[in-house]
Amino acid sequence: MKILVIAEHNESELNESVFKVISAAKSWNGEVDLLVMGKNTVHVAQKASKIKDIKSVIRLDGIHLEHLLAEDAAKIVEMLSNNYQVILAAHSWFSRNFLPRVAAVLNVSLITDVLKIENNNVYTRPIYAGNVHAKIQSKDPIQLLTIHTSLFEACARDGGNAEIIKKDTPPAMNLTSWKSEKINKSDRPALIDAKIVISGGRSLGSEENFDKVLSPLVDELGAALGATRAAVDAGYAPNEIQVGQTGVVVSPELYMAVGVSGANQHIYGMKDSRVVVAINNDPDATIFQFADYGLVADLFDAIPEINKLIKE
Amino acid sequence: MKILVAIKRVQDYNVKVRPKSDGSDVDIDGIKMGINPFDENALEEALRLREQELATEITVVSIGDSKNEDVLRHGLAMGANRAILIESEESLQPLGVAKVLKGLVEKEKPDLILLGKLALDSDAGQTGQMLAGLLNYPQGTFVSKIEIDNNKLIVTREIDGGTNILEMDMPAVLTADLRLNEPRFVKLPNLMMARKKTIEKIKASALASDTSTKLELLEVLVPPSRKAGIKVSSVKELLEKLKDNEGIQL
Ligand SMILES: Cc1cc2nc3c(=O)[nH]c(=O)nc-3n(C[C@H](O)[C@H](O)[C@H](O)COP(=O)(O)OP(=O)(O)OC[C@H]3O[C@@H](n4cnc5c(N)ncnc54)[C@H](O)[C@@H]3O)c2cc1C
Repeated sequence: MKILVIAEHNESELNESVFKVISAAKSWNGEVDLLVMGKNTVHVAQKASKIKDIKSVIRLDGIHLEHLLAEDAAKIVEMLSNNYQVILAAHSWFSRNFLPRVAAVLNVSLITDVLKIENNNVYTRPIYAGNVHAKIQSKDPIQLLTIHTSLFEACARDGGNAEIIKKDTPPAMNLTSWKSEKINKSDRPALIDAKIVISGGRSLGSEENFDKVLSPLVDELGAALGATRAAVDAGYAPNEIQVGQTGVVVSPELYMAVGVSGANQHIYGMKDSRVVVAINNDPDATIFQFADYGLVADLFDAIPEINKLIKE
Repeated sequence: MKILVAIKRVQDYNVKVRPKSDGSDVDIDGIKMGINPFDENALEEALRLREQELATEITVVSIGDSKNEDVLRHGLAMGANRAILIESEESLQPLGVAKVLKGLVEKEKPDLILLGKLALDSDAGQTGQMLAGLLNYPQGTFVSKIEIDNNKLIVTREIDGGTNILEMDMPAVLTADLRLNEPRFVKLPNLMMARKKTIEKIKASALASDTSTKLELLEVLVPPSRKAGIKVSSVKELLEKLKDNEGIQL
């Protein structure tokens, strides 16, 4: 049994999710290889080779892989696929962009957002915005999956000495061309890795309030800032901090939902958090059903007060 | 330029669904159904391209049984020129849908195929990419802006932490993010008019020979719920509980 994990990286570091996907890959008790593709993968492949749980690092370089396009990434995975019975990646926008393309060309299904892996290729995954879970069995010759990483423990990062195998990169597909990119840089921890996430809703009332009320506490706690879709749509917060079904899925130690109603689509993105605190002035708000600690209060009083007490 | 928009009939996004009592499937009896929100964005964008005189004909297509006629009529009422129902008795998985759509694309030869990035029922988010793969077309996923310049598509995509811009030739497949636009409100007279329009019908088997999958649904389960929480009466109590019960030092 041979298993391929597709790594996300920034040419210097592997994404945190990679270590969790490797744990998921161990469910099959087979040999796990790690695929690292990009413009310059020498450094990151070397780091990856230290991971104890993998057999080899498969490395593919190409100038045209700098901004990995779906068509090129899919081609590479397709090319490697006949060596593997299982291919998996994190359930992120990166892999969701090209893995369905791979599945179609290989004539197999892609099973996304896998929460649980059982014997005989039986999986559990959320459907209907996570309202219910489906248990499914796949009889495809290649199991192609994306993993809901917050439910898997990271594997050990070192202790290994995997072989690095460089493979020839197929030529550029040239179906699309990359023009530009805009990434909003922040000094705060990334939403996905943060130990504490504080999310605000539409109730903050303005972009100015969103920042003025939440930022001091967020920064005091070294937390990441999140938002509901309603807050994003109203222009109070940028889209990339949206938590939920259409946004980012987070699972911090502590999640604080501030003036958030608790719609299905928002809950989808935060319900694996270890401890959830909800602050809402409506005692019947749905969010309280998902909170370990609920405080019925006006957020404009409660947030500054929390900040003040913490500082003391 | 011809645009094909694939639309799916799904549950209303506010509804909380339950498994059937025997766990064999999801119980959607009596639930309010309508057009998948992301697909509505896709259709809205097609209409705007026609309003800019960049597109000439917009066809909406849905796969399933006669119940799907309501979303197709919704599409016609929004302004689509034609509607096609691809009749299929079995409920198809994304790969099957992509294969059927490929058959339709080969027949209709649209310049642009627009789909939603995700369906609210299956949460799979695959069909567009699969279709692009089967056709070997360029793809743009999670698209929040579409421009056409000199017959080239320039699309802005939502990616981790921001956006990127891709350029591609047509024919191409794009999947819509909710941020792409604000779909128009359908007026009652338009709905009445759409009722009278004909819906073309094609059998799924005429478009793709094998739409089966090797996936079997074993059971639909209620997800484990979070343990019941408590209400605290003050900020002070909240901080104490976080520290004492949870070991979180703030
Ligand atoms: C296809 C689709 C996908 C979606 N995806 C997402 C997603 O990924 N993420 C997401 O978040 N949403 C998503 N949504 C939107 C979701 O359905 C809800 O509309 C949204 O989460 C509501 O945001 P909110 O809680 O900020 O706003 P509201 O629902 O307006 O709630 C505001 C809350 O604040 C409380 N409040 C008001 N004033 C105060 C105060 N002074 N102090 C304390 N509390 C106060 C109110 O009691 C209320 O509970 C999606 C919707 C659709 C249709």
